[in-house]
Amino acid sequence: MSDAHDAKLVEEGAALARRPGRTTTPVPAVPENWAGVAHADPLSRGHRGYVGTPLARLDGPVKVRGRAPFAAEYGYDDLAYAALAYSTIPKGRMTGLDTAAAEASPGVVLVLTHRNAPRLNPQPGYDMSLRDPGIGFERLPVMQDDRVHWNGQPIALVLAETQEQADHAASLIHATYAAEPAVTSFAAALAAGTRPLEIFGRRIRVELGDAEQALAASAVSVDETYRTPPHHHNTIEPHAVTVAWHGDELRVHDSTQGVLHTAWTLGQILGIDPARIRVTSPFVGGGFGVKVLWQHHVLAAVASRTAGRPVRLALSREGVFRMTGGRPPAEQRVAVGADEDGRIRAIVHTGAYATTRHSPWPEPLSMASQNHYASDAFVLDTSMAYADLVQNCSMRTPGSTIGFFALESAVDELAGKLGMDPIELRLRNETATNPIGGKPFSSRHAAEAWRAGAERFGWSRRSPVPGSVRDGEWLAGMGCAMVSHHYQRRPGGAARIRLTADGRARAEVAAHEMGMGTATVQSQILADRLGLDIDRVSVGYGDSAMPGRFLAVGSSQSAGIGGALLAATRNLMDELLKLVRDGSPLAGLTLAEVGAVNGGLAALDDPSRHESYESVLARAGRAELVVEGSGEPPAEMANVSMFSFGAIFCEVRVSSVTGETRVSRILGSIDCGRVLNPRTAASQFRGGIVMGLGAALTEETVFDDRNGRIVNASLGDYHVPAHLDVPPIDLIWTDIPDPYAPAGARGIGELSSTGVAPAVANAIHNATGRRIRDLPITPEKLL
Amino acid sequence: MIPFTYARAGDEEDAVRLAGTAGSTYLGGGTNLVDLLRRTVERPSALVDVTGLSSSIEDSGGGLMIGAAARNTAVAEHRLVRTRYPVLSRAILAGASGQIRNMATVGGNLLQRTRCPYFYDVAGYRCNKRNPGEGCDAVGGPHRGHAILGASPACIAVHPSDMCVALAALDADVHLRGAGGSRLVPLTGLHRLPGTHPEIETVLAPGELITGVQLPAPVTGERSAYRKVRDRASYAFALVSVAALLGVQDGVVTSARLALGGVAPKPWRAYTAERSLIGGPATATAFRAAAEAELAAATPLRDNGFKVELAVRTITAVLDGLVREERA
Ligand SMILES: Cc1cc2nc3c(=O)[nH]c(=O)nc-3n(C[C@H](O)[C@H](O)[C@H](O)COP(=O)(O)OP(=O)(O)OC[C@H]3O[C@@H](n4cnc5c(N)ncnc54)[C@H](O)[C@@H]3O)c2cc1C
Ligand code: SF4
Repeated sequence: MSDAHDAKLVEEGAALARRPGRTTTPVPAVPENWAGVAHADPLSRGHRGYVGTPLARLDGPVKVRGRAPFAAEYGYDDLAYAALAYSTIPKGRMTGLDTAAAEASPGVVLVLTHRNAPRLNPQPGYDMSLRDPGIGFERLPVMQDDRVHWNGQPIALVLAETQEQADHAASLIHATYAAEPAVTSFAAALAAGTRPLEIFGRRIRVELGDAEQALAASAVSVDETYRTPPHHHNTIEPHAVTVAWHGDELRVHDSTQGVLHTAWTLGQILGIDPARIRVTSPFVGGGFGVKVLWQHHVLAAVASRTAGRPVRLALSREGVFRMTGGRPPAEQRVAVGADEDGRIRAIVHTGAYATTRHSPWPEPLSMASQNHYASDAFVLDTSMAYADLVQNCSMRTPGSTIGFFALESAVDELAGKLGMDPIELRLRNETATNPIGGKPFSSRHAAEAWRAGAERFGWSRRSPVPGSVRDGEWLAGMGCAMVSHHYQRRPGGAARIRLTADGRARAEVAAHEMGMGTATVQSQILADRLGLDIDRVSVGYGDSAMPGRFLAVGSSQSAGIGGALLAATRNLMDELLKLVRDGSPLAGLTLAEVGAVNGGLAALDDPSRHESYESVLARAGRAELVVEGSGEPPAEMANVSMFSFGAIFCEVRVSSVTGETRVSRILGSIDCGRVLNPRTAASQFRGGIVMGLGAALTEETVFDDRNGRIVNASLGDYHVPAHLDVPPIDLIWTDIPDPYAPAGARGIGELSSTGVAPAVANAIHNATGRRIRDLPITPEKLL
Repeated sequence: MIPFTYARAGDEEDAVRLAGTAGSTYLGGGTNLVDLLRRTVERPSALVDVTGLSSSIEDSGGGLMIGAAARNTAVAEHRLVRTRYPVLSRAILAGASGQIRNMATVGGNLLQRTRCPYFYDVAGYRCNKRNPGEGCDAVGGPHRGHAILGASPACIAVHPSDMCVALAALDADVHLRGAGGSRLVPLTGLHRLPGTHPEIETVLAPGELITGVQLPAPVTGERSAYRKVRDRASYAFALVSVAALLGVQDGVVTSARLALGGVAPKPWRAYTAERSLIGGPATATAFRAAAEAELAAATPLRDNGFKVELAVRTITAVLDGLVREERA
């Protein structure tokens, strides 16, 4: 395809009208083997319809009415309530586990411990090869022996008639231990030695040229160490399951990012056919990576089977801290060398983080530096240090949230040393191809995002001299940083569409709505692909009995569902044409010759040849037509490098008296392909920015280095940003469709949190002249 | 479950009578006590609800009498409080959240317990306040938020209240009523330092009830301020807070009342600093010297040393701000 053609499409896309309403020109089916072909999807070609309009969330009304059922709200007549008791040492054996008082406590139905738990298979964990739909981070056996692996491990489950009775009885359980030496601090873990991080058996180390030598030879360079603490996700809804056995079928009401995966994984552990487990999760009160299978799923299922009663196990906030981990502590070295004119010659990004020996889980810090700056030489590597702490896991933008803190702080430091504007430095190192591997980017408009953001934010008013803007005791400054995240479409996506004689279509995908707007946006896409009014389509999700293997992770769902839906709509149109009878205006047309419009199909070259879905089905005497479609293997990433980009700009005020930082303004300028729905997209960006502010200024899971126990296991003590900490957040986007992504959209969930912490740290430097390289930037660091 | 009885007191006499049996505890808004019950830190056998007792806020001879059952929000919003004692209003509004302040009572705020996380983690840690004599796990653990003044090796917890800091500076008195009758103690004398008995936090006798707080008439010519330094902009306890009332004439400090929060096991009246201030010049240098004199007694630990400098700076800035305000 010619450059001019591309440019025209880009222009068209950028100029997309935000006019709500359904498609008025026929939308053809996406051809087979689209993945890897530029602009194969008509929705990525300047199409107008519902896509791109700010439709309000379809799940809004049920949520504000309190009618959206969450996992801990499903009732069963005979429901029993569970509570957990947790270990208080980091490592060793239980020499005694006194459950007598708990068993004698009023209302107690069952006390489950390793002594009476049925034999179970170990947790399979997540399958990096993606062959099996395993989910969960930990690979330990669940309550199978007297071993303690971390401080906070569940050691007993109590089942009782009421939650209060269960909670109380759990507090009566008393364990004695034979403690063993444990590694309970990151420092001790590092001191014991690190090992290289491998993902799917391969080291993630990237080496290009001789970076250390290029660094030494650079005219200007920075070489610094950055430290970040552990974090917890703190979803507003704590983890919960309600489970019930019906014979040997298990029903699980869950709060999860992977319904099918949870069913499969539970099946492996319980030793039953996953097809006999149905997991539903219609509403999830936040996931961010942590709503996967943890021990509570297994314990609830086992307790329910043992007691012969439906069981609810809702973790307390403390329970969430004790038994589900988050982002691990990390220490990173970033060195960047450049010519005097700012051309980057070398990037060294190495780092280590803490994980468990039994279930090492990747936090690929150094990957943040992999795809952005046009450097000649790179050394990028991440290593692991083993600690006896609660299992670390993925947290919104694994590797990158803290990896970007290190990289983008270092780039800002480099700009300072060069005496160059930090945006100018970034623009000078823009690249059209991925510096590692050399593939062209599918669509990279980072420079536009930088320029538009700088303009809108008023960057030109920034004083380049740190510490020079003062308002009474308050020092003001501006900072910026890049955000980026890779596009991802995971294999295994599939969808079913049911078209009924009344001309309505319902799609079903085993995907997840965690508040992102998934169902709303996919309804918009479905309406456009089928030429239907939005109120004639619906999207079902959150049920392991539905088709497709989806995980709501890695900002991959929109693309994954998109890829499945476009296949299913193609199949639907194909099947409809087979039903077309002589006399129909569509008679004789092939799939390539029709498009969907006005509640039916029409000839692409003559839209007046149109027949409605109702009519096609009625003539064929069909009450409904049900088709399925599977997403093609994700070949679109084969020849192009697919990333979202953008920049965060922020303004801070720092008290020269107390060291308190207040962020007064923040702007995200985003290049994420097509924005499918500005309203839900803005909400995703805002949420990511707020989480980024927490990482920058207030959040830290405080572990007690003496025993590996979390000290601030509550929302009172763990400081997520409060409303007053969140300034007005302004957002703009390029809205240029990605020619290779379904509907032109690259996925956005994890993008915006990546650059916030460095933007804040850089702004603090601009305000005060103080460079803080360890998070969170609490007042004492600025005294 | 740990059973307890619940009774609602009709009047003060009733309350004291109901609380006469061992194991009973008064219940205010419950914003602290209910959490402590849930965590089994406190295990009373009887709760005596005192939210039905006096909640009036009334002038008393130019001062103010506040009933112990008055809600924190009601006090903060009251016209007489805002006009005569703005420092009290500001201190209350700097604390907790709107919802909690709507529930919390004055009596409960005075007697709220420390937020030391080890105190709350019954399963995981030793705490002398919970189990006298067993040891204090805060001393060797992360203790960034703990006390730098008035603590002892037995306990380094801080008193968390904002309201009490303002009351301490305002020379408030606390009305008490017990089986043996009524008495008045100065707020600064209500809480005890931990010494070797951190489990004994106040001078209250068992069953003694707080009935009200009395504020003396404001000192004419004093300006006041409350400043709270914290980890996030709202809904966090103080790292350091300062309540200050300052009178200045012709560049000389004529009166100074200063109290600190977030640094000590009780609302900390900074007498040493006050002595250093009164009669001296109203300059930033003198303010800093006074603050340093107060903090000379500090005994910081591994993680909380920053509070010393933070307190000195905050005191200096607050006093300096009052002088500038005066000039403006
Ligand atoms: C999340 C959170 C954040 C908070 N943040 C802050 C903050 O930033 N600043 C701050 O100052 N406070 C803060 N608080 C604490 C709050 O101010 C207190 O919980 C509240 O003031 C307690 O009042 P209450 O009436 O609810 O007391 P209760 O919980 O009912 O009682 C507390 C104690 O006082 C005793 N008591 C109550 N009334 C009487 C009486 N009349 N006579 C004798 N004894 C009595 C009770 O027996 C109990 O021991 C916070 C609380 C929470 C939960
Ligand atoms: S500081 Fe005081 S309250 Fe905290 S653990 Fe030690 S004794 Fe208990």
